[in-house]
Amino acid sequence: MTVKTKYKTKPLDCWQWGKELRLEAYKDLTSGHEQGKILVLGCAATPYGILAGLGDFVFLAGEPYGASVAADPPASIPAMECYEARGYARDMCGYMRNFLGTMFLDKYYFTGGPFPKFDFAWSVRHCPAGHPKWHQIVSEYQGIPMYYVDDETMLSSDGSQEARLEYVAGQYLDSIEWMEKVTKRKFDDEKAIEAMRNYFHNEALWGEINLLNGAIPAPLDIKSMFALMPISMLRRHEKVATQFLETLRDELKDRIANQIAAVPNESYRMCMLTPPPWSFLKVFRYLENFGVVFVGTYVYLINSGEVKFLYDEGKVVPATVPEKRPGWKQMKNREDLCRTVARWRAEHPFQSHLDTRKKEYVIMFNHWKANAYLLLINRGCIPMTTSMYDFQRDLNKQGIPTSMFEGNFADCRDIDETGVLDRLETFLEGQGIHKISD
Amino acid sequence: MAVIEKFQEVLAKRHQYAKDWKAQHTNKVIGWLCSYSPVEIIYASGMLPVRILGSHEVQDVTDRYLFPTVCPFSRDALAQGLKGRYDYLDGITMARTCSHVQGTFDNWKNYIPTPLKYYIWMPNHLQSPRAKPLLVQEYKSFIQALEKFTGKKITDQDLDKAIELYNTNRKLMKQVYEFRKQEEPPITGAECMEMVVASQLMDVAEHNKLLEQLLKELPNRKLERNVGVRLMMVGSEMDDIVFVKMMETLNCTVVIDEHCTGSRYFWDEVKPGKDPIAAIAARYVDRWPCPAAAADFKTRGDRILQHAKDWNSQGVLVYQQKFCDPHEFDIPWLLKNFKDINIPTLVLEFDVTIPFGQFRTRIEAFLEILELELV
Repeated sequence: MTVKTKYKTKPLDCWQWGKELRLEAYKDLTSGHEQGKILVLGCAATPYGILAGLGDFVFLAGEPYGASVAADPPASIPAMECYEARGYARDMCGYMRNFLGTMFLDKYYFTGGPFPKFDFAWSVRHCPAGHPKWHQIVSEYQGIPMYYVDDETMLSSDGSQEARLEYVAGQYLDSIEWMEKVTKRKFDDEKAIEAMRNYFHNEALWGEINLLNGAIPAPLDIKSMFALMPISMLRRHEKVATQFLETLRDELKDRIANQIAAVPNESYRMCMLTPPPWSFLKVFRYLENFGVVFVGTYVYLINSGEVKFLYDEGKVVPATVPEKRPGWKQMKNREDLCRTVARWRAEHPFQSHLDTRKKEYVIMFNHWKANAYLLLINRGCIPMTTSMYDFQRDLNKQGIPTSMFEGNFADCRDIDETGVLDRLETFLEGQGIHKISD
Repeated sequence: MAVIEKFQEVLAKRHQYAKDWKAQHTNKVIGWLCSYSPVEIIYASGMLPVRILGSHEVQDVTDRYLFPTVCPFSRDALAQGLKGRYDYLDGITMARTCSHVQGTFDNWKNYIPTPLKYYIWMPNHLQSPRAKPLLVQEYKSFIQALEKFTGKKITDQDLDKAIELYNTNRKLMKQVYEFRKQEEPPITGAECMEMVVASQLMDVAEHNKLLEQLLKELPNRKLERNVGVRLMMVGSEMDDIVFVKMMETLNCTVVIDEHCTGSRYFWDEVKPGKDPIAAIAARYVDRWPCPAAAADFKTRGDRILQHAKDWNSQGVLVYQQKFCDPHEFDIPWLLKNFKDINIPTLVLEFDVTIPFGQFRTRIEAFLEILELELV
């Protein structure tokens, strides 16, 4: 039975600070060069703290930028149309289409001014469908050099992981030399190590924040999480991010202690595996009318966050930073740094094999005390969609209800909002959850 | 022509061929999914490497496993496994490439009973000097897995012999391709495709014998057909021979191709060296790249443009498996660069089955425009 009000609620005290930090990161990109900073493009999973070895920098992660554009259809549609007019297909990565579209239009979304010119692109391969090619297009269009590190070791348990670690660590080392050449700057190992320590710490903090949403009532709703996540995603290497994330974490603990809910009528808890359809975030607010709170999404738990899964116990706990893990070395120079980053990436849940990932989905479902998973068949991202049916079948076998809808996380033209709502309402009705009458 | 007929027979009865081979050789058959799979190593183990292909039939068995925006080839290939058509396979392998075929492998691994399932972690940063040493390690692990599976040691001599056979195969097929440069090629594009696809299904030693026979006969062969417009085919996986045959009834001849079941699969040879594993690894790192394995456009693109010129292509059919994003990245680059050298292009998107009549009309229109320009 859905009730109107069950818990007290209030806005986050640190909300405004979070908004400012997020916007600051994006705006910094337009003034970065004037401030003597290096402007670098890459994907969000890149351990960009390493760049601090070159001095001050601004890193633009293409995916969150693409998501921001996608969330605003009047900006997104012309961008994608411009991209398509250049002969690129509509079924490619949705984030990329928004990103490249604004680049071709020379219209930076956050200011409306010219699109930033990067000094170089430096990224992990991340997405097998083609993030390196995305960056290659930018590289050719802007005439900037590019380097990518192939670190996607998650795909196989066959063969030697040690050999792959050497390969990945070696590429990071090579890329440092490459960066020195292209920027003509000397790389400072100490600064890079310090920034990566912040990076690891902030990832663990964001993971911990996600885990706090296992409380009933949930102190944070998913829409707010999406708004705050860019701080962890874009500024992981900075102390200011640590300050903010610690403040947020403490505030959430306080909300839990005082039973302050994100959604006052919380009566049904759902979680996701993927990003949301960014142009349709109102779906989450709409479902609050049913007492539904979305407590998290797996993808942002492990992409910009880190947690530790205890598979045998079926539990998840906050991650410890690499240097505090048993058997890990202290980082003293760039060789240690690259080796640590490579090993950290290889053991990160982000790189989990599909079969391991299925276990993690169940653990998170239980940790978040969720009632159901909402699954997005994402026409804008092949890697996130390829195994979705397999995941659904596995979740259902474990007795976990799922509702699946088709759409696109970054193309508003590819989502039937009414159809999605109808589908979700039907699912909820089937679960005995009804809309609260006015 | 008896040799061509043999290729056609193998294609039509590919499963029977593999089963017969297995019975005759009392040995195992390994299916492979991507042209980065090192067939030399599988062959050196005494097993028959067989490429897993689709059947171009409407199917409804993969929709519970792969979403329809996964490329048609990957779905079609998985469908064959789910339908039990590859139930004679003793193992399956793939080398890391794109997300689509990755989905095929993952689902095959989980849901289709096959004794050996081995994933080769092919490095993707091919320009890195670290790619080859890593691939050597990956191959060593693969060799160990095969040795454990068969109980047979794979020696350097076994590898050298396999390298020699596959290099011969590649050389011979390139010699056949040379005939296509002639003003009146003695072999059609469809026949060539049958030859190359058959090479991925047959025992390489047997295929080599057929190629030698074919090369003896080709100089005296005269086709009673009009060559028409000389076309190049460029794109992703392509084994739709019925389509190519239809196309070649429309006053054109496919004189050269670049796709992963065609020239891209076999073009580059292994440069033999003291260490056969290192030699094979070098071949797969340096080979004509798949768009999924190359970040840059020029490495693949420049070779395509050069082939178009060398085989005197008057038009290019650029096609892709629907939803194949690696190829979708390359297509704008290709179209622009073909335009720059004044070679017209037509883009077609392929699904498991194709709208035959519509494609025919579009190709006819394309050819009509080309004929006008050629006059």
